[in-house]
Amino acid sequence: MSRNAFLNGDEAVAYGVKLSRPHVVAAYPITPQTIAVEKISSFVQNGELQCEYMHVESEHSAMACSIGASSVGARTFTATSSQGLLYMAECLPYASGARLPIVMMNANRAIATPWNIYGDQMDVMFLLNAGWVQIFVEDAQEALDMTIQSFKVAEHKAVMAPVMINLDGFVLTHTYEKVNIPSQEAVDQFLPAFTGAPHMMNDETPMSMCISAGNQHNMEFKLKQHRDLLSALEIIESVDREFEEQFGRGYGGAIEGYKHEDAEILLITTGSVTGTARVVVDQLRSEGKRVGLVKLRVVRPFPVAQLGATIKNAKVIGVVDKNISFGYEGTLYTNINSALIQSDIKKETYNFIGGIGGRDITKEAILEMYENLRLASVGESIEKVSYYNVRCAL
Amino acid sequence: MFEIRWHGRGGQGSFTGAKLLGVAASLYDEKFAQAFPSFGPERRGAPVLGFNRISDEKITDRSELTKCDYIVFLDDTLFDESVLDDLKSDDGIVVVNTQRQIEHKNIKCIDATKIALEVLGIPISNTVMLGYLASYAKEAVSYQACIDAIKASMKASIADKNIEAFKSAYNQGGL
Repeated sequence: MSRNAFLNGDEAVAYGVKLSRPHVVAAYPITPQTIAVEKISSFVQNGELQCEYMHVESEHSAMACSIGASSVGARTFTATSSQGLLYMAECLPYASGARLPIVMMNANRAIATPWNIYGDQMDVMFLLNAGWVQIFVEDAQEALDMTIQSFKVAEHKAVMAPVMINLDGFVLTHTYEKVNIPSQEAVDQFLPAFTGAPHMMNDETPMSMCISAGNQHNMEFKLKQHRDLLSALEIIESVDREFEEQFGRGYGGAIEGYKHEDAEILLITTGSVTGTARVVVDQLRSEGKRVGLVKLRVVRPFPVAQLGATIKNAKVIGVVDKNISFGYEGTLYTNINSALIQSDIKKETYNFIGGIGGRDITKEAILEMYENLRLASVGESIEKVSYYNVRCAL
Repeated sequence: MFEIRWHGRGGQGSFTGAKLLGVAASLYDEKFAQAFPSFGPERRGAPVLGFNRISDEKITDRSELTKCDYIVFLDDTLFDESVLDDLKSDDGIVVVNTQRQIEHKNIKCIDATKIALEVLGIPISNTVMLGYLASYAKEAVSYQACIDAIKASMKASIADKNIEAFKSAYNQGGL
């Protein structure tokens, strides 16, 4: 039987991990991820989860150990945040290049300097090129569900790529809410035990892994990895549909539109700010305004065609970025503009940057974003890239 | 939607109070609730905050909570009347753990530490203040749900005493 519990996002991930029955968890604690790895550790200690829990001395070692474990076909989980993610960065392409289906939670947190433990999405944007599937969740239930789904996606033979699940630091990791915990039997049925893959080692088939490939072969390795990551989009969508059939909760695949079909004005968001924007959309809809919302759930592989289909009726589009690519603009804005050009869709787009270093993105700020988009839709000139909830002019 | 803020000092259990209220409303009243602490590094003795949102519908708002229906003070050294500006409406209530008497229609006082010492033997007043809050916030959370939440969240050895403390304060307040 499934049951309801009052959990924060970190705990929800920990329950998702427990239900997925990993063989190995290797992790180093860092705020605001700590509760997740402590909870998993307590599951192991009290016998609720049979797995090898490796207490490593750094994030670099957490990923190195995960690579070792996954190389022999162990279902492997780790978790990190912020500077910890950057510290393990060197290992991330080793994992993806070796086609190891590791699942990692990342608590999105600001990057130094100035040092800061609060939430923004600067950390993961450094790693979009690491060859990992990048998923962003909106609430604790989605965090639990996507932890389970992520193992299934990662281990799919057409994918064989590591998956990173991004949760906004504190706003998701530390907020408690009602979460449905599926039964172990149901999860076992959805996610059978992982039995390895032909490119993984065992005693009978010793092999060299993470070998060198020179200029005669390297490009083909990389192109094959790229091709398979592109095709992972289809698997992400089918795994989500299968999950919905079994558990009654689905998330629409890589993109979820909210009141978007007849909307002239659309805002595109990732992660927890989506929930706040839903409140603002409901308010504006009740006033008869044709506004909508697009939640970008998967940023790698990038859902080019799905995005085009979802936004096709809109007149103007705003992209909320909780990150800055210094010297340019918000990273999602760059990605979304490129996707629209690839799909031959010509729309006016604007970039709204906020939430840096844990700054609240208020409902008033989101209202102002929609109002600015409305002005743009009637031909007024507004800034292409603008910043919200800023305390003083700079 | 009801929005509630808890004030206390690190170690006084104010966030545990918020969590109990969230458990009560979401798991036993079958409403939806959020409970979240003031984010960041906290220290014993330093002022800390806890927050709740409670609604009949799913709550998606993730922004900071500024205006409240109810505000709870576990420690009166943190209280001053300027907090009344943070109430959403004229019907809002501030409940304060204090030995003082404050004459104001929106401020309700109780010596929760005294009850905690008598019933629990320790000056941890969160379940007492939950009881006092619940007596004024009947639309947000039910009496029985709070008792069920305490029972489910605490070890049996301390749950009964905390339920007694909760009831004692509930019976002193109320509208």
